[in-house]
Amino acid sequence: MSPAAHIQTWLDERFGWAELIHPLEKKTVPHHRLSYWYFLGGMTLFLFMVQVTTGILLLLYYRPSANEAFESVQYISTQVRFGWLVRSIHSWSANLMIFTAFLHMFSVLFLRAYRKPRELTWLSGVLALFLALGFGFSGYLLPWNTLAFFATKVGTEVAGQVPLIGPWIMMFLRGGPDVTGATLTRFFGFHVAVLPGIMTILLSLHVLLVQRFGISVPPSVEKQWAYFPTERQEMKFFPNFLLREVMAWYVALAVLAVLAAVFPWGLGTKADPFAPAPAGIKPEWYFLFAFQTLKLIPAKIFAIDGELIGVLAFGLAGLVWILLPFIEPKRHANGYRAVLALGLFAVLYISSMTVYGFIAK
Amino acid sequence: MRAITMSRKTEARYIFAACLFLFFFVPLATSDNTCLDCHSALDAPLQVTADEFNANIHAQKGLTCASCHGGNPNSADDAMNPKAGFRGHIDRKRVPELCGSCHADAAYMRQYNPSLRTDQLAQYHTSVHGQKLKSGDSRVAVCTDCHSVHNIRPASDPHSTVNPLNVATTCSRCHADQNYMKPYGLKTTQFADYKQSVHYQAMTERGDLSAPTCTTCHGNHGAAPPGVASVQNVCSTCHVFQAQLFEDSPHKTAFASAGLPGCVTCHSNHVIHRPNDDMVSTGAKSICTDCHTADDAGLTAAKAINGHLLDLQSRIERSKQILDRASQSGMEVSQPQLDLNQAEDALTKARVAVHNFRPDKVAKEAAAGQTVTDKTYQAGVSALRERNYRRMGLGISLLVIGATVIGLRFWIREIEN
Repeated sequence: MSPAAHIQTWLDERFGWAELIHPLEKKTVPHHRLSYWYFLGGMTLFLFMVQVTTGILLLLYYRPSANEAFESVQYISTQVRFGWLVRSIHSWSANLMIFTAFLHMFSVLFLRAYRKPRELTWLSGVLALFLALGFGFSGYLLPWNTLAFFATKVGTEVAGQVPLIGPWIMMFLRGGPDVTGATLTRFFGFHVAVLPGIMTILLSLHVLLVQRFGISVPPSVEKQWAYFPTERQEMKFFPNFLLREVMAWYVALAVLAVLAAVFPWGLGTKADPFAPAPAGIKPEWYFLFAFQTLKLIPAKIFAIDGELIGVLAFGLAGLVWILLPFIEPKRHANGYRAVLALGLFAVLYISSMTVYGFIAK
Repeated sequence: MRAITMSRKTEARYIFAACLFLFFFVPLATSDNTCLDCHSALDAPLQVTADEFNANIHAQKGLTCASCHGGNPNSADDAMNPKAGFRGHIDRKRVPELCGSCHADAAYMRQYNPSLRTDQLAQYHTSVHGQKLKSGDSRVAVCTDCHSVHNIRPASDPHSTVNPLNVATTCSRCHADQNYMKPYGLKTTQFADYKQSVHYQAMTERGDLSAPTCTTCHGNHGAAPPGVASVQNVCSTCHVFQAQLFEDSPHKTAFASAGLPGCVTCHSNHVIHRPNDDMVSTGAKSICTDCHTADDAGLTAAKAINGHLLDLQSRIERSKQILDRASQSGMEVSQPQLDLNQAEDALTKARVAVHNFRPDKVAKEAAAGQTVTDKTYQAGVSALRERNYRRMGLGISLLVIGATVIGLRFWIREIEN
């Protein structure tokens, strides 16, 4: 008996291993011309795992205080063996993860995978994306450099515009009226403890729901299969789909390696709370569309503060987005087209405003 | 005609309204300063507008026309009455004494501005302007020529004629006027020269109000050209180290015996350009060659000094270039880039040491910079080596990843076949 078979028998006798992995062996994944979109979810999960691993490695040297944060990141980047690589991969992977999460979300929307019974899968996924944005916002401050300092200042000011509870949220996020070392300490707490805890629960739920309901087949393919049942194709999850998924992960790893080695993540200059904000300061690309929108809104709209209207509009849009599967018009056969139009508008709006934000001074 | 003819009742209403207007508003419209009522309507040179008067620091402090001109501005009858102390036009020769009657009175000035100096009149008497005025020349500058007459503002006001930004222009009104300066036999190129100088650039381009202007070197109220012996003292008020080094240099006695002014001999006076390392050399731009001949001790020293400076400068440039290349490749080299500032400081110190005109002194300062540049250059070399190592690592990783992906693809094909 081979050592692997020996271990399998050992596990089987104690935990019923064969019974546990039996569903995996039987699990299949639809195979059709749009199957490659299925890899985006797994790729996002892979990048999240990269984040967790590199984040833990960074924790070995990072010091979360205003006096030491910048120097500790500088130390990681210059003195720690492969520290530059770990930090660079952590930063690039964060951006790639948000990018693939966005792609995954829009692919789910346009392939209509959010339909009954997968409403909760959509809900948990969108919440996980919002949480990933929270990771980005809180992690951006941690190197305590000038750009991060002022981006956090602007970002928390926007949060302060929320009616009634805005000032309280701003105080809570900052740990005082201004962005200080106290803000850094609590952002560190959010980034390494609070958000990962919630994210683990959300992702577990998300993956569990995917396992429970299986992978959705796009309506166009469903229709095609209904007419031509012989064309229906299924692929075994293990090992056929999983090996393909691993291939996608390797591609993501290669992209990460190129980005980290050729464009190592910069450090900037240490934050000086008493210095004036640098000209043309902008947030990370995934907040740029919202930032640019708030910049374009007039100061007053019918005597109401323009920024307040902007924040309320984004809050409402976020809520509508989360509840999209529940508000899709179902009385009409073509009701889904409203949701698709909304999705298309969102893609165009976000991409055009992001480009505009990059170009605008 | 009927349409435009007023009825008696309407007429009475208009007359009543007019009376009410005159009763209530005309007394309010009459000012306390009857001088302005007339002089604001007169033509130049008698005109003084309300805006001009109100912007005047004296008016803002509660002084009136009568404070200088006498008379009673509250009464139209006594406004210009000699019996009420009216002095009328102030003769130029009397202007310094009139201004000094307040500005030289420390007790009086204290109530307005305790920190304001009160020695302006005493200083003016020592100035070339003051002495010429005393000898009967009323063309020379008096207080009002520089500070203006009715539009006097504090020197801190950017609109003031004596604000540091405007001083040179104010002086140039007379000193750049060939006709006006003709009787005194003075050059009139100072302002044009000054506008080409490094001092003017600092003042106008960098907005550095502490940069020298005319009054910084010549004095303001005690304005006089600095003599040959005192030029060095004037420059040393800012350029302290250069002056100390010059004091100990072989040029000190040589210049003194030749009757040459210290700093000005090499740097000129009004057209002071940014100094460069070629000034101390044997080349075409050398100023040493003005006095020294080929291969004498002076030029040999100049050659050595220039060599030390150029060597450090080229080392700094070499470090900068390699660190920039490393930085553009994404390498973290902010610390050596920061360290390179120490080499720049050493170069500045070496350039200052030039004023001692001893090559060993310059070499000592430059050596400190060379130590820094050697380290920073090595840091740049290491950073580029690290970059190449990373890229090689990337290449190997990509090969491994590529091979794995191809292997997986074959495995999948094998399973599915």
